[in-house]
Order: sequence, then C-alpha cells, then structure tokens
Amino acid sequence: MSMEAATFSVLGTTAALFEPIGPTTLAVQQRIWGLAREAQAWPDVREAVPGMNNLMLTFVHPPRQLAALEERLRSAWEVARPLALEGRVVELPVVYGGSGGLHMADVMAHTGLRIDEIVELHSAPLYPVYALGSHPGYCYLGGMDARIATPRRKVPVVSIPGGAVSIGGAQTGVSASTGPSGWNTIGTTDMGFFDPMRDPPALLQPGDSIRFRVEKVIR
Amino acid sequence: MIEVLSSSALATVQDLGREGGLRWGVGTSGAMDTLALAAGNLLLGNEESAAAIEIPVFPFRVRFSEDCAFAVTGADGAATLDARPLMPWSTYAARAGQVLNLGMPQGGASRAARAYLCLAGGVDVPSVLNSRSTQLRGAFGGLEGRALRKGDTLRAGKPGPTTRATGIGLVPPALTLPLQADGCPAMRVLPAAEYAHYTPASRDAFWNTAWKVTPQSDRYGYRLAGEALVSITAVEMRSHGIVPGVIQVPPGGQPIVQMRDAQPSGGYPKLGTVIEADLWRLGQAPIGSHVRFIETTWDQAVAALDEIRAWLDEIRRLLELHQGLRYGT
Repeated sequence: MSMEAATFSVLGTTAALFEPIGPTTLAVQQRIWGLAREAQAWPDVREAVPGMNNLMLTFVHPPRQLAALEERLRSAWEVARPLALEGRVVELPVVYGGSGGLHMADVMAHTGLRIDEIVELHSAPLYPVYALGSHPGYCYLGGMDARIATPRRKVPVVSIPGGAVSIGGAQTGVSASTGPSGWNTIGTTDMGFFDPMRDPPALLQPGDSIRFRVEKVIR
Repeated sequence: MIEVLSSSALATVQDLGREGGLRWGVGTSGAMDTLALAAGNLLLGNEESAAAIEIPVFPFRVRFSEDCAFAVTGADGAATLDARPLMPWSTYAARAGQVLNLGMPQGGASRAARAYLCLAGGVDVPSVLNSRSTQLRGAFGGLEGRALRKGDTLRAGKPGPTTRATGIGLVPPALTLPLQADGCPAMRVLPAAEYAHYTPASRDAFWNTAWKVTPQSDRYGYRLAGEALVSITAVEMRSHGIVPGVIQVPPGGQPIVQMRDAQPSGGYPKLGTVIEADLWRLGQAPIGSHVRFIETTWDQAVAALDEIRAWLDEIRRLLELHQGLRYGT
C-alpha cells in the first residue's frame, strides 16, 4: 500500500498535528472532516480539530505509544472518504471601503485593481467554511479568487473591530470580535458570530458557507 | 465575599482551563501556573480545578466582607492580613473586615511573577462552556469576561466538608521540582514540525543561550529576546491548531511562546513546544528575567507529567493524613 505524503508532529504532550502535503482544496478538507469525525472517538483524544487541510488531535492523556497513534492516523487517512457536510448558507451584507475598510487602498495598490473590481471578485464566490480557529466563532474560509490575494501586513494592526472583512495572503475572513490582526481590512459587516450562551455557541461550523452581499461601496 | 481594593489591572479569575471549545475557536485560558492553583485548592479542601484569582501586578489588596478561609500560592509577595505577616503556600482564616495585602514578589532573580488567591469553596462565578476561566478575547467567563477592577466583589462557593484552615504550609514546586540551567529557570522543549528548517547555529543558540523575557510578554504569549533564529528555507504555512507552549518564530527571528490565552490556531513556523509539565515555570518567569530551554524526548515529557501528578497526589495524601490525625478518624 502506498502511503500518501503527510507529516506527523507533536505539539508538546498536549497535541499532535497531521498535515497532508499538497495544494489546499475542498476535496482534501472533506477528507479531513471525515478523519476528524473518526479520530474524535479514539481513546485519549480530547478534541479532533480541523485546520486548513490539516488536523490537530488534543489529548486527555498523552498516548504512551506515540508511534502507534501515528500509524493509526496514517492508516485512517489512507482510507478516509470525503465527508460532504451539507451546511447552511449565511449571507453577510458588507459595506466595502470607507472607514470600515481601512486597507482597501493597499489591496488596490498591490493587485492593481479598481475598488469595483475587487468588490466584484470578493463578493462573487460562495465561500465554504473549512474550519474554525483564531478566536471564538472565527471561520477559515476557502475559495477566494487568487487575483485579490494580498500579503499580510508587515506590522499587525493592534485592534480591528468585530465584523471586519479582511484579506490575508490567499485567504479571506471576518473577525468575530475585536482584536489584533495582520490582515488587510476591506469592509465591514454586522453579524454576531459567537454567543457562549447559545448551543452550539458558534454561528457557523465546517460545511456551512458564507456569501458576501454588497450592501454599499464607499469609494 | 471579597472586595477588590486595588486598582491594579490584569488580575483575572482562572481555573485549570476550558477544554473542548477548540472546534469553535475557543482557546483554553486558565491559570498560568496550574501547580500553584491546584495546590492552593488542595490546601483548602477544594477540587483542584476550583477557580481562584490570578494576580500579576502588585500590590494587590482585597477586603473580606465575611469569614473565609484562603491560601496564597505562587509568587511570594510578603502577604499580610491586616498587620499580620503570612507564610506563602499556607492556609489562613480571615474574619469579616480584614484586609489582605499582597506586596511585590520576593526572591530576587528567582522570584515568581504571579500569585494565586484561593478561597475555600472556590471563586463562585458562573461556569461558561465548562469553565470559570476568563476568556478575554471572547469577553466571557470569569467576572463578566474581563479583568478585575477596584470595587469588584467576588463570592466564594460553599466550602467542602474537608475545608481546612489549619496553618499547614507547602514547600513550593520551584523547590521540590527544581529545573535550572546555568542559574536560569529552565523548561524542557520537544522539537516541533519546522525544527529542522532552522540553521544548526540557530538551533545551537536556542538550546545553549539564555532568552530574555521582554516587556511584551503576557497571558497571550511570551515574546523572548536573544540571537535571531534563522531558517534555511522559507516555509509557507497553512493555518493549523496550536496549543499553549508552542514556540512560534515570526520572520524577525525572535521566538514567541504561546501562553494560556493564546489563540488556538496559527501559521508561523514552530521550532518546538514547552512541554505541558513545564509551562508553569515559564508562566512564573517575570519580565526582564532570563530562561533556558532543554531538549527532551516524548517519553521524558510524559514522565514529567507523571511527576507533577505524583507531587499533587502526595500533597493530597499528607493533607488527609493531617486531617485524620487532627480529628482522630
């Protein structure tokens, strides 16, 4: 049996990280979701947490035999089938540019595109939620058009508000609460992504999708 | 009930941390020194995981508005109850109206950074997503999801049947489980995925030189200063889960150790991870001090966790023995 290329590493004794090698795709992510669902039931696994085409397992107790865990992960990945989660589509009205999109000018300068072109390219796709992370309720999205990719900022912004729509490298996302960020903010939306009193507390989960609807463009 | 009398910010309610929320982007939070928290709770007959107040800025003062047994663990801040000097890592019974004052931590270069005020019955704030720890970014948990302020009042839970206020003291873990290198507090580290991407000279510097804890160090992360760590190849990372203890190296080459309020995912290259059993040592390293890293193996790192479990179990055993002798059970 040929083993697919993937790296296995540990994060201290708290967790292990499994990272298949190759381009980031939704098909791989669906297999990650499948692997996560299986690994969640393994003994000693506290949480199976999908990332962007990778999986972290945190431990209730660190396994005594680490090699056995790695072997089990690799075997499970070999046969992991895509788990096509059929989620909801959430539409987010976005005000692009203006004071809520402070770095639009930087994205225009980097891409050489006009604001209307950037807004059109950014609001066109249906963005699948690959994973949650970073801060409570934050979603990692796939599917951004490569033409509007813009490098992360050299100096992170100390505080950007919740609802900020931003581009970091080839990814886009929406801040779920106020905090520091190295991404380029291009717009703002008004949506509560997280409520600890709700069950589940996060508005979105892997398999759901986001569509950005152009509410207004401030030029 | 206790009332916070000092305006020193950054004190928060913490327990052993919030597990199970990573899938929603919720990090663990929890005490920076889990040994001090657990031991303080054991002294009072609480569950090890009961909530307490973590205090990183001194002086810190509270007034007891009703009788309450308490213990101060972690940093030794020459505490006083009214005018009476207190021993650290010991239990006392406060009477209503008495004022507890925690001063600047003692001990020179080997002083600790954080004190824990544990109350019999634990600090009674609502449990949110299975924990009472303060989640600052999400603004929930602890007291209203924020750091404590002057004038805040906190209630203690109902003490357990074995609540003790007998003046028993413990020897702190920095003395019973010491780990140093060249006179600096040391932490054991397991190499992580990108370790091999760093130059031999940088790896050598990582293990063999002291790292300064910079003023930009807090519950989110410890930013360290030393020789810039240089990678052989630039690696494009995809966002993935991370945990407290992970040592990230941003482009500037100065490492950042993720601490208890760290976000649960990241994308910077990882040189290694301070093992779970030693993270409390770093959590107690004050700003301006120097620390060292010691390479370890999986088996040693697992054994180190067993050692901590054994230390806490021994405390529990001794306290039960003491209780038994005292009450003749």
